[in-house]
Amino acid sequence: MKHYAMVIDQSRCVGCMACIAACVQENQVPFENFRTRVLEITKGKFPELRTEFRPELCNHCDNAPCVMACPTGASYKREDGIVMIDRDKCVGCKACIAACPYDARYINEEYGFADKCTFCLHRLKKDLEPACVATCIGKSRIFGDLSDRDSEVSRLLAENESRVRLKAAGTKPRVFYIKRYPTKK
Amino acid sequence: MAISRRNFLKCAALTAGGAVLAESPFVRAGAKAVIKKDIRYVPSFCEMCFWRCGLIAKVEGDRLVKLDGNPLHPQSRGRLCAKGQSGMGLLYDKDRLKTPLIRTGKRGDGKYRKASWNEAYSYIAEKLTAIRKKYGPESVALFAHGSGGAYMGNFMEAWGSPNHSHPSYAQCLGAREVAFTLTFGQGPASTAERYDMANSRVMALFGSHLGENMHNSHIQDFVDGLGNGTKLIVIDPRYSTAATKSSMWLPIKPGTDIALILAWINIVIKENWYDHDYIAKYAIGFKELKEAVKNYTPEWAAKKTDLPKHQIVEAIRELGRYKPNVLVHPGRHYSWYGDDTQRGRGLAILNALLGTWGRKGGIWLPPKVNLAKLKKKIKYPKPKRDSLAYGDYPFSSAGITTEVRQATISGKPYPIKAWFVIGTNLMKTMPAPEITKKAIDNLDLVVNIDLMPTDMVMMSDVILPAASYLERHDDLAVVTQKNAGIAIRQPVVKPWKDVKPAWLIANELCAKMGLGKYIEYKTLEEHMREKAKLWNIDYDKLSRVGYIPIPDSYHPYITEKNQPKFDTDSKKIELYSSALDDEDMDPVPRYTHHREPPAGSFRLIYGRSPVQTFSRSINNKWLWELKNDNAVWLNADIARQMGIKNGDKISLINEKGGKSNVGRVKVTERIRKDCVYLIHGFGSTSKRMTMAYGRGIDDTQMMTHYATDPICGTNGLRVNFVKLLKES
Ligand code: SF4
Ligand code: SF4
Ligand code: SF4
Repeated sequence: MKHYAMVIDQSRCVGCMACIAACVQENQVPFENFRTRVLEITKGKFPELRTEFRPELCNHCDNAPCVMACPTGASYKREDGIVMIDRDKCVGCKACIAACPYDARYINEEYGFADKCTFCLHRLKKDLEPACVATCIGKSRIFGDLSDRDSEVSRLLAENESRVRLKAAGTKPRVFYIKRYPTKK
Repeated sequence: MAISRRNFLKCAALTAGGAVLAESPFVRAGAKAVIKKDIRYVPSFCEMCFWRCGLIAKVEGDRLVKLDGNPLHPQSRGRLCAKGQSGMGLLYDKDRLKTPLIRTGKRGDGKYRKASWNEAYSYIAEKLTAIRKKYGPESVALFAHGSGGAYMGNFMEAWGSPNHSHPSYAQCLGAREVAFTLTFGQGPASTAERYDMANSRVMALFGSHLGENMHNSHIQDFVDGLGNGTKLIVIDPRYSTAATKSSMWLPIKPGTDIALILAWINIVIKENWYDHDYIAKYAIGFKELKEAVKNYTPEWAAKKTDLPKHQIVEAIRELGRYKPNVLVHPGRHYSWYGDDTQRGRGLAILNALLGTWGRKGGIWLPPKVNLAKLKKKIKYPKPKRDSLAYGDYPFSSAGITTEVRQATISGKPYPIKAWFVIGTNLMKTMPAPEITKKAIDNLDLVVNIDLMPTDMVMMSDVILPAASYLERHDDLAVVTQKNAGIAIRQPVVKPWKDVKPAWLIANELCAKMGLGKYIEYKTLEEHMREKAKLWNIDYDKLSRVGYIPIPDSYHPYITEKNQPKFDTDSKKIELYSSALDDEDMDPVPRYTHHREPPAGSFRLIYGRSPVQTFSRSINNKWLWELKNDNAVWLNADIARQMGIKNGDKISLINEKGGKSNVGRVKVTERIRKDCVYLIHGFGSTSKRMTMAYGRGIDDTQMMTHYATDPICGTNGLRVNFVKLLKES
């Protein structure tokens, strides 16, 4: 069974938002809603500064609070690890939105269902990378199968120290952050 | 798992022209099955900005649904930036110009009536004929940016005016190209920029907004370099995106770059970091250079630049240590202080001393392309008067917009009475827009060929709506990355409403003016096919795949057989420029002091957003949602002193008391205390741009003056000071 995951190499992200634009078009995300974003966080005092670019998206948690919170069973976890929403079952109650600690979901106002990143499942089925990964200008986003030990994501996680967002929440994210090339001092 | 981009291409190549059925992933399950439409994949190239990346358009029926990068095309390599991804926002912008318009009210008050193309051409013809009679054909000037400019250039030739001008020269990279040409006989530009960033061991960036200025493959190279361990040194008063990736950030005092450069040259020579063999073989003027820079010590530079001495020395030693696989990247937007050619000379000299030209990790040599020229079937008339657009500068190498503007006001050396403007929003391009307005007052005719009702479009008498890059052919493009190739632009969808491609507009104008004999082709495509044939390129294949490489063009580095050619007077790299000396200009750059902002004022520094192309794209809905404001960066300590908090409403006041729109402030540690920064292109004054109108602050409006480069006439724009006013 595949075990999909994304690894984000923050040292290669330049905050260019090509990923967001690609996601919006690929998935026809409604105007002013987003399935992914890129944060720019600065610490320090002039001139001793550090700025981090942090792309964020649904973590496809193995222990997904949105799935547990969903009263209708619309939110579910696939065997390959992708957290999906069954649009026919979804009643738009927003319980999942409240439960998600990562602010990854929105309501599609036109149709009234909750929506979020799907790891571009429709593309995976056609053997294509997720849209944000395929266009990432910095090649900062890397996607693949953790059950394959030779995959790039497996290799990157084996070779680098990785982090997940809000580890303490116990959600077990499948989006991992690395800084492959720390700036040499 | 075998997810590869190659599969995508295969699919694209197979189906271009043909049609496949596809399931739509977007429909709600259980909702009625959507009618499956034809899906086509059409390759072309982007013009959301001027990098012109290869793209593959996915078209469903008549509608463009997705744009992706063409993996074959070296400017995109399968990827498109946010702007490129959002091309449909331009194509389907409800505010787009849809039909020709003729002004009915006063200039600038926005009153127009719809007109047919013939009416619009007749209006133009009548005015042009009168101008020719009274002032001569040279009194018509062109301002052009982008692919369409060439066709209007042809019209100007046919008409008999030499007055073409390009904001990309005087308001952007002109001085850099001139400086490098004086030094190496050639500028570093190609269809890309010839910096080998992916292979650079150490790279120094001067005020470059790499990453904020999104030029696709350029940024890919930059990040690949970081991935390969490039040590990055960034010289910038602002902790830019590039600076965030650096191992050394030198927050230099604005306007003092030349001091740092001269000290670096001095250190390179004194400490023996330069490439002896390379200089001996390829360069002249070393002795004179050595003599001229000997007093520019690190101590002296530290005082001028406000940088610690050890940092100045450390940085250049790092470059020296890894020469010649290093790069002193001069940046692209170059018109800063009016001594920009000399700054460029300094950077060119540094690159020469470190031996980077033609070296891995430095500046690669252009690809070898030997393409025959189509025989010109026509001969344009020779204008009776010389172009006034080059101004009175010994080394101006393209038409200068502000020279045309000045001549329009003064009538000297001869009057300019009509402006044709294509693809450039002059009100946001030339500094001091009130001068632009004054010039426009003197005109008998202003014609704009554009897609959107920009500030400048709304100043014109006749508006001609142009087809977008997604709806038209443009001439075959010779792409010159390390490898060269030919790319095609072709319509991916039918033009909507009553718009026309620029080549057709130019031809029709020719016909209308009785200049039919100067029309080179009936359809551009026929001309493209002819060229392809001459070049031995299979046109039909090209239109299927989008890009075809030219074999054996790759010769980026110096080898015994691949020697560089320097097209200077001496045929060598000129460290000391006799060409400049002959014109009584400094043959080796000298430090000149620039005025500094008085207390309570800040130097205005402007830059780019990776999701906007100047003011061109600000009404694009899909980019608007990513960036629709340009908060002014203000140093955190200063903000505290002024009682200003992050996000507060503010306005800027320029040196003539002019007040900007009300905008927001970004309080940040990422900038020096003596300057403020904002993204260029915001603050549209055009009510017809319904998303962009009135949003953000217009930096150009804050520029009351500019510093003219005496060598080549470009406009230094970072010489303006502003005050910051808290708004409630
Ligand atoms: S994987 Fe697909 S849906 Fe998820 S953020 Fe990327 S583009 Fe959007
Ligand atoms: S496209 Fe890649 S480099 Fe650009 S912001 Fe997104 S993750 Fe970062
Ligand atoms: S860099 Fe972006 S906007 Fe510019 S041509 Fe390439 S894809 Fe288009």
